[in-house]
Amino acid sequence: MTSVAVTGLGAVTPLGPDVAALQEGLLSGRSGVRLLEGEPWDQLPARLAATVDLTGRLDRVEARTLDRVQQLALVAAREAWADAGSPEVEPERLAVIVGSGIGGALTILGQADVLRESGPRRVSPHLVPMLMPNGPAATVGLELGARGGVHTPVSACASGAEAIAQALDLLRSGRVDVVVAGGSEACVHPLPLAGFAQMRALSTRHDEPEAASRPYDKARDGFVLGEGAGIVVLETEEHARARGARIHGWVAGAATTSDAYHVTAPDPSGQGAARSIVLALRDAGLTATDIGHVNAHATSTPLGDVAEVRALHTALGDHRPVVTATKSCTGHLLGAAGAVEAVATVLALRDGLVPAIRNLDNLDDEADLDVVRLEPRRLQHDAALSTSFGFGGHDVSLVLCR
Amino acid sequence: MTTATSQDVLAGLAEILDEVAGTPVDKVVPGAAFGDDLEIDSLTMVEVVVACEERFNVRIPDEALEALRTVGDAVALITASVPA
Repeated sequence: MTSVAVTGLGAVTPLGPDVAALQEGLLSGRSGVRLLEGEPWDQLPARLAATVDLTGRLDRVEARTLDRVQQLALVAAREAWADAGSPEVEPERLAVIVGSGIGGALTILGQADVLRESGPRRVSPHLVPMLMPNGPAATVGLELGARGGVHTPVSACASGAEAIAQALDLLRSGRVDVVVAGGSEACVHPLPLAGFAQMRALSTRHDEPEAASRPYDKARDGFVLGEGAGIVVLETEEHARARGARIHGWVAGAATTSDAYHVTAPDPSGQGAARSIVLALRDAGLTATDIGHVNAHATSTPLGDVAEVRALHTALGDHRPVVTATKSCTGHLLGAAGAVEAVATVLALRDGLVPAIRNLDNLDDEADLDVVRLEPRRLQHDAALSTSFGFGGHDVSLVLCR
Repeated sequence: MTTATSQDVLAGLAEILDEVAGTPVDKVVPGAAFGDDLEIDSLTMVEVVVACEERFNVRIPDEALEALRTVGDAVALITASVPA
């Protein structure tokens, strides 16, 4: 079967403008979370967020005509493409798969205000291409001249991981040579924050923003909404070798399953999540004991984290790989999370350094895991697992190798 | 009077094109075609028209929009439409 190489990495996250900042932030245990202060945030019951500074990253016209979710995808895609050495590939053999959980939310909400306050003739003619959920993928496809298909998985917080899973299938099918894949999200706005708060899904640790995202800690009280994008350049081994590309790692296997349990609540048994792990391992031709570390979905919600622990135990049996949780530093980037975490997983494998989970002071009694705490764990290993789960009952597992 | 107004409109249009499309001011001359010379796509053209309506306090109907091929066409239309 075709092997799929990771030849380019791009990330714009609350930890900084690029992959180097992401890696440095994770290894030093930095937090990207802050308190949103002043109007219009003060009235919100939960007002923590992990935001990105895009100042100076785009020209004025790009900033006007692209929604922030598209801007983030474009910045990360440019980094990934340059990192891959701007591969020469036939446009018809190049595809883009970039997911988003919510799409152009800031445009919809901002333009709804324009409509109400100034009338329909003041609504931007760019509204529709800015709000459509396929906008980030389309933006990247236009930038790179991709004619082999542009796709957008929309599976809430699993979107970015699902994009990489779909890219693996597409490359194995032989229809394309290169896929630019990932996820992007930008919805830090009072309305989504109010909605997530009404679900009681968000942390309200306002007095200690940097300690708010604390996966597996006894005192966790919800996730922190973040924004950002993660993009990888994937290509067939044959294509990568032929052009002498530097290979960061490999996407060895993937699987997507679904819970059919509840639209937002995780199945407490973790069965659907466990199946995605088992199937991804089988897809990679590996077994549980091959997995050296897990980049867990671990959003810092009371229910979700323990459901995932059960899934890991069900899928991996007695094997206890090292577990890290990127969201402890970045917050939860929703549809970008799985892609950013795939980038982090590839880096940890490549460099043999698994970042610690920030804010993990008292491990939850139900989290019987070999968690990385305080310092990164030095660990030479060949394979790792990255899990992503989304509202709607989406379960996506990726197996990455060095 | 008419000449001064045309120059004002041209200068104002150049500022709008710079703002919405990043068009260099020196390219905004009467003979420049919005599409072929200035690479203004149809969506951005709508933005330009709306900005002109606001700035010059005129109404540019959609029928007139189709006939606006060059900067000179726009200047003439707006100049003729400016309320006395």
